[in-house]
Amino acid sequence: MSASSNDLLSVTDLVIEYHGASVVRAVDGVSLSIAPGEVLALVGESGCGKSSLARAVVGMEKPRSGSVSYRGQAVPLLGVRRRPTAFTSIQMVFQDPNSSLNPRIRVGAQITEGIRAALARGEAGSKPEEWLERVGLPTAMVSRYAHELSGGQRQRVAIARALAARPDLLVADEPISALDASSQASVADMMRRLALDAGAGLLFISHDLAIVRLIADRTVVMYRGQIVESGVSERIWEDPAHPYTRALLSAIPAPDGRGILPAAPAAEAPAEWRSALPAALDRV
Amino acid sequence: MTRRWLRIPSAWVTPLGVIGAVIAAFWIVVAFTAQFWVPFDPLAQVLPRLQAPGIDTIMGTDALGRDIFSRLMTGAGVTIPLALMLVVMSMVVGTLIGAIAGYFGKWVDEVLMRLTDLVMAFPTVILAMVVAAALGPSLFNAVIAAFVVSWPQYARMTRSIVLGLRTQNYVMAGRLLGFSPFKTLRVDVAPNVVGPILVLASLDVGTAILLLSGLSFLGLGAQPPTAEWGSMISAAMANFDSWWIGVFPGLAILTVVMAFNFVGDSLRDIFDPTSQMSKARAR
Repeated sequence: MSASSNDLLSVTDLVIEYHGASVVRAVDGVSLSIAPGEVLALVGESGCGKSSLARAVVGMEKPRSGSVSYRGQAVPLLGVRRRPTAFTSIQMVFQDPNSSLNPRIRVGAQITEGIRAALARGEAGSKPEEWLERVGLPTAMVSRYAHELSGGQRQRVAIARALAARPDLLVADEPISALDASSQASVADMMRRLALDAGAGLLFISHDLAIVRLIADRTVVMYRGQIVESGVSERIWEDPAHPYTRALLSAIPAPDGRGILPAAPAAEAPAEWRSALPAALDRV
Repeated sequence: MTRRWLRIPSAWVTPLGVIGAVIAAFWIVVAFTAQFWVPFDPLAQVLPRLQAPGIDTIMGTDALGRDIFSRLMTGAGVTIPLALMLVVMSMVVGTLIGAIAGYFGKWVDEVLMRLTDLVMAFPTVILAMVVAAALGPSLFNAVIAAFVVSWPQYARMTRSIVLGLRTQNYVMAGRLLGFSPFKTLRVDVAPNVVGPILVLASLDVGTAILLLSGLSFLGLGAQPPTAEWGSMISAAMANFDSWWIGVFPGLAILTVVMAFNFVGDSLRDIFDPTSQMSKARAR
């Protein structure tokens, strides 16, 4: 995946390590890019480094090496200081909707904070009710508190708050995995629609290939911190080249009830999953 | 617009909390008004000495012929305001230090927490003796000594709450939206710290009263002839058979400390998010 100058986001040879009792290399030399108006999905099993990558993209994680640049500028680390205004156009939706909203503040006021961020960058203003409508919630919810909402509603509010900041790049770290099956597809589809309406790029992280196929233009499959397969979503879905991708696809439960649960933990995984397969990269 | 987190639903207020609040309010009113309505000058040695409780002196008189009732009521005005001041000072300083340590982390946290460790290592009474030796024994110096050792508990609690909040997604979301550190503290952190800190403070009022009275009892706080409960009990030791001299100040300390503890317990039930959630669910 070559980084071209008109990319919104380009991640180059990113390495993230966690230093504890032993050094864990969560992301091991990953490069990817997102263009404006593009939906890129990042899939892989738990612990493959996709969340670490997402956190690094918004500046919540310090890369060991490599770079994350947004519109050609390095994304600053989210330190103690206030985030530079220019970078509030990168927004994130978190996995756990229960901790995404401040329990003490009304929903409307939280969305208003997103609107303020947009205004601070000189973008157009808006009303919290508009965003609630856009994410499919009743406008009366502005005066509610997070604990009065269901998990799915909370996630929609979190999405509304992120979108109210009028982001150019929306990073969604497993935004649907905590939702029940009935709302997963609709929330995922809504995110794609709203991001594209706004002309933003969307980095959508998921372990669910079936949903990714529906919403992503391109898909990147990660395994143990490395990209094993990448390219046009439909192509990967129909003709997976890498054995790990094939294993992931075969793990999707089929509606006939004979679905197989995701295969063995990584430690007992076949060695071929780790093999580098150049033909599986940048597929078109 | 009422803020939900400060509104107290009636069903959660325990009877003990109400009783505690009434008694505490009674003592606070007494503390600020007693000097205007007590029957005798609390310092005047004009009555018969060691007179048992009776019609004229409902709580008797002490060895110097002073009215115990008048001394007891004005004594509330000595200890309680100082105890409240002590708690507020500790709360403000401790919360601020804890919030800074928890939010900024790293070396700031390290320096501030070692400082609190250092201070927490001082035994209160020994420190009060040192202060009394250095500045002379007085109630105000006792407050200073008590303050030095009582702010760290607020710092510790605030720090641990802030540390937990720092990684909460909504705090992160606020920072991604470009909140300044101050705004993060004000909007995302402070409202979650207020409840536990108020509970700690209300429980701490009782402790502070006990501490100040205790120091006075030991002669490290209020000095004669000040009508202070601890020093009144101390004076009673010389006339052990005149039970009324020591019993009434003792009862006063007992009721006021218990009252503040009841209020604190009740506040804890109100602010505890888990009990709040379980009650909200049951509704």
